[in-house]
Amino acid sequence: MSDTAEMTRDDIRAPRLDIDPFSDDFLTMPYPYHEQMREAGPVVWIEPYQVWGVARHAEVRAGLNDWESFISSAGVGLANFRTEKPFRPPSLILEADPPQHTRARTILARILSPKTMQQVRAEFERQAEALVERLVEQGEIDGVKDLGEVYPLRVFPDALGLAEDGRENLLLYGNMVFNAFGPRNHVFMDAVGRYEPVRDWIMSKCQRSELRPGGFGDLIYQAADAGEISLDEAPLLVRSFLSAGVDTTVNGIGNALYCLAQYPEQYAKLVAEPAKARQTFEESLRFESSVQTFFRTVNRSLEFAGVPMRENDKVIFFLAAANRDGRQWPNPDVFDIDRKPIGHMGFGSGIHGCVGQAVARLEGELILTALAKRVKRIELIGEPVRRLNNTLRALGSLPLRLIPH
Amino acid sequence: MITVKYVDHLGAETQLEVPAGTSVMQAAVNGGVAGIVGECGGSAMCATCHVYVDEADAAKFDPISPPEREMLECTTSPLSETSRLGCQLILRNDHGAVKIHLPESQQ
Repeated sequence: MSDTAEMTRDDIRAPRLDIDPFSDDFLTMPYPYHEQMREAGPVVWIEPYQVWGVARHAEVRAGLNDWESFISSAGVGLANFRTEKPFRPPSLILEADPPQHTRARTILARILSPKTMQQVRAEFERQAEALVERLVEQGEIDGVKDLGEVYPLRVFPDALGLAEDGRENLLLYGNMVFNAFGPRNHVFMDAVGRYEPVRDWIMSKCQRSELRPGGFGDLIYQAADAGEISLDEAPLLVRSFLSAGVDTTVNGIGNALYCLAQYPEQYAKLVAEPAKARQTFEESLRFESSVQTFFRTVNRSLEFAGVPMRENDKVIFFLAAANRDGRQWPNPDVFDIDRKPIGHMGFGSGIHGCVGQAVARLEGELILTALAKRVKRIELIGEPVRRLNNTLRALGSLPLRLIPH
Repeated sequence: MITVKYVDHLGAETQLEVPAGTSVMQAAVNGGVAGIVGECGGSAMCATCHVYVDEADAAKFDPISPPEREMLECTTSPLSETSRLGCQLILRNDHGAVKIHLPESQQ
């Protein structure tokens, strides 16, 4: 937070909003606040944190694509690494700018490429079908605990080359990392408390000896062998897989299930044409975006959307608000699997756009395909419970009944 | 405005008038041209906007960047000398008119 001198800033040429994007109320139901910010202007000033807020699609996209003005190396959360100590050694890819970023990005993009997806697809598909088969027999399930968490924790660590024991620790790590982009509020403190006991486990899994030869993790060490990064950097890059590769897709799948349970006529369209699974997952990413926000830091004084900003100001980009901006999407609050929302901001945009998006799409497509083929209806049989997170839109539980064909 | 003519693998043509600054991928998606998916929205992350630039127009665009080259290895249709990702081809007024050939498949 800022000191008193900052609180009197008189150079704010944008609407000042007294909104806390990390309050329980906002995190539980962000959409009315998103609308308020979008309608206030292309850029707003978030008074409680003294940061800029950007919520319209055109400006979110423009800002994220201008990595020279809006940098990541000073942190992509509320903290400014130029003035505050990072809570962990900064990520080599997420919290970095070119040219350092480019080296790491090139390696991860190659490992997670569409070509790699073609190689893992058959195994991911087999696992999706086997899981759905088990869940259909079970009948009543928790869409989060029994499906949303189980599938990514099976296929992704397998592909990474991790052993089976303790994989649920990855959920605690991802939850902590994504909370850490916000303030030190009770949601964050709770996540840190639950992460502490598994901290050493997580870091130990970044070592080469823990990673099956030929898996995604080992491929990073092979890139280090080839001199693309140093051997010291390799575990830090493996860490990016562990932090970003699970809680994101867990919630992507959980949110998709929630959408389909809420809108049975949309699920019926998917059942009629299971080939629509991929575009259905895409629409759920637009409608209930797993990753809601990311920050950038203003690199040098500039004007953005007509608003002057100072060097070192923080800017929060509301990806999820951009995804429901009526300037970009007709009927933005309608979940429609036939929409094909090319250009949504759910994976970000530009050089920091999610490098694992091909994996996420593959997982989502295969789970929804397996469901559509095996399950006639998905019924909500209880009140879903939110799991509050400073960055992610997450569910703690989602009681469902699966009615087979 | 730039005139872009898309020719699909069967020879069917779609002609669009496109404002400068738009990518060949985005123009196709906006204009409802089948044959370009553009799944990642233009981040050179998905290889589903693969196009063959007409030989007469190939030199008009900026050269292939390293990330684009890596992603071009992931296309489902075969590559040619003028294969590009449509999302990386930004149209400029001095391009005048360009012709873009579409592959048989993107995914």
